[in-house]
Amino acid sequence: MTEQKKDSLKKPLSRREMLKLTGVAGLGLLLGGGGASGLMALGRKSSPAALDVNMPDNALPFYGKHQAGIITPAQDFICFAAFDVTAGSADDLRRLFKNWTAAAAAMAAGEMIGEHNATLNTPPTDTGEAAGLTPSRTTLTFGVGPSLFDGRFGLQGRKPKGLRDLPAFTGDALDPQWCGGDLCVQVCADDMQVAFHAIRNLARIARGHAVLRWTQEGFQRTGRADPAGGTPRNLLGFKDGTGNPDTTDAVLMDQTVWAQPADGPGWMAGGSYMAVRRVRMRVEVWDRSTLKDQEATFGRHRDSGAPLGSRGEFDPVDLKAKSADGQPVIPATSHLRLAKGDGSQQILRRSYSYSSGLDAKTGQLDAGLLFISYQRDLEKQFIPIQERLAKNDKLNEYTVHTGSAVFACFPGITNGGYIGDTLI
Amino acid sequence: MKKILALPAVVLATSVLLAACGNNEAASDNQTETPVAQSGNETSTGTTDTADQEATGSDYTTAVDGYRAFAIKQIDEFVKQTEKFTDAVKAGDLETAKLLYAPARMYYERIEPVAEALGDLDPNIDARDGDVEAADWRGFHRIEKALWEDKTTEGMTDFADTLLSDAKLLRAKVETMDIDASLMVTGAVELLNEVSSSKVTGEEERYSHTDLYDFAANVEGAREIYNLLKDDLAAKDKDLDQQIADRFDALEKELAPFKDGDGYVSYEKLKDEDVKKLSQNLDALAEPLSNMGQVLGV
Repeated sequence: MTEQKKDSLKKPLSRREMLKLTGVAGLGLLLGGGGASGLMALGRKSSPAALDVNMPDNALPFYGKHQAGIITPAQDFICFAAFDVTAGSADDLRRLFKNWTAAAAAMAAGEMIGEHNATLNTPPTDTGEAAGLTPSRTTLTFGVGPSLFDGRFGLQGRKPKGLRDLPAFTGDALDPQWCGGDLCVQVCADDMQVAFHAIRNLARIARGHAVLRWTQEGFQRTGRADPAGGTPRNLLGFKDGTGNPDTTDAVLMDQTVWAQPADGPGWMAGGSYMAVRRVRMRVEVWDRSTLKDQEATFGRHRDSGAPLGSRGEFDPVDLKAKSADGQPVIPATSHLRLAKGDGSQQILRRSYSYSSGLDAKTGQLDAGLLFISYQRDLEKQFIPIQERLAKNDKLNEYTVHTGSAVFACFPGITNGGYIGDTLI
Repeated sequence: MKKILALPAVVLATSVLLAACGNNEAASDNQTETPVAQSGNETSTGTTDTADQEATGSDYTTAVDGYRAFAIKQIDEFVKQTEKFTDAVKAGDLETAKLLYAPARMYYERIEPVAEALGDLDPNIDARDGDVEAADWRGFHRIEKALWEDKTTEGMTDFADTLLSDAKLLRAKVETMDIDASLMVTGAVELLNEVSSSKVTGEEERYSHTDLYDFAANVEGAREIYNLLKDDLAAKDKDLDQQIADRFDALEKELAPFKDGDGYVSYEKLKDEDVKKLSQNLDALAEPLSNMGQVLGV
């Protein structure tokens, strides 16, 4: 016992150091069944640096001008959590944000949280399931919901004008268990275990200050399954996100994604507004519909993702094209046409598929889309698009919106600062 | 206030030790101090033993004695109340037996980690249906099933007798048991873990639905341990001490509306959101409480 205790005096290891210590065995794990080519595909950078465990090239910076996880190319997995704040004071809330900041920065860097991870007589400060794993491009994106601006923390005067619960859309079947939240954390990573670890530890740190309100995990095809990085497909089999704005175009991002100082309030400058919808897909019904009907529903060809009547996925969408019988080639009620509208509203979609077991009542799959979009202004961008879709989208026959929430995602956190330091 | 409570506890503990233990037990009790002092050494950096002991204040004799006294007091009362309960069962007085069941158990639930440390006694007294082989199932919950589910005391005489003798055995064993600060610290967390995994879900008292009695008693037992260690804790980490105190208060406040006379309402009266709130308050308390050992160096 005494021996063990003495060992425990060694300073805590980071996840990376642990990997280093395990040496060849660690590399073997890293390479897994896929061998070197698999690793390169996963890392998306086929540089040999990917093999240097001291310098993992799959860590994304946590600090910066904007929060990571918004225009960051979507990782393979998401763990999303909404929290209710139970802390009684603004001071307590600030303390939570500071504690979260330290933990989030460590997790993004692939390090373990806290000091006590090798002390035998105490619960470890990190829950440990990500020990030895690489950072896996983990991003943690934090936001606050409209309900945080009630009287509790003296923030009434700082609420952004456009930050309020979404209006009721036609056909909504919202279940309170998937709605709202004072805070949100979107964790994305190329490894589900790493992503789950982050949410679990944030919830643990929050105990006594905030409680989980709802969570949803999600996935898309992994980088390993699609080394070319094509547009992912949703669970209805169609490519989803073809029409997204170019995230490498900084001017376009300022126009569509990032809240600008003049938009007000000042604390949101450089942040972004997030809409989250949990959209269940009636996959059983969809699977009984004809390919022709399916394609007419989306307005795209299933195989190529091209707009109906075109060949390539990224061919320009011609909404005016008519077929021989005078009908629009891209039907009036198709998802593509209604989402696009006159083209004046754009959003950045960052959705993931989800599968949450069975609907106990019907025995059908509870599967669908965790729709997430980022925009500079919910009222000018997301809401008009969703209103059009809710009224007329042929896709509504196959989907039902069961959850809904909006959050103001903070601007980026500077090194030395903390999450939400522009707000509180 | 805590000091005032602790003083008579020490006196009681000392007298109990003198009365009940021979020299051997007293010696073994002294030994329990040694590992505590060592752990103090090892969490600090390379100074002399005495200096370390002073620096970490890792002499928990008072707290340990206080806890032994508390445990003995609870078990004394437990034996008494269990006897009343088993008498009612044997007399075939169904209604009285039902009334005495949950309050008697509270004395046990307050010191459950002590009983758990004593091997078979815990399952013999407190196993639920399915926890042990059907043929071995006995104790409170076996009788609980008869009283509430089968609505009879018939065939329970033997179970009542064994329960009482198990309770008495527990009383005898606790005298000589090794208790150290580490058992106290882990015990406090275990008590809350118990609540978190079976009481807050209504699984513990599945026939009588008296789970809230157990819930309250487990929390009281954890609070007693915290009270005994609180001064040491506050000296080393004021914030953690304050946080634990606040969250005990918050949990007790959350539990208060469910009080009913001297007891608690049926678990069946809880709404889903009540259960969720209690559970979340419990987790909020248990997390900082689990860091008490780190700070105390035990």
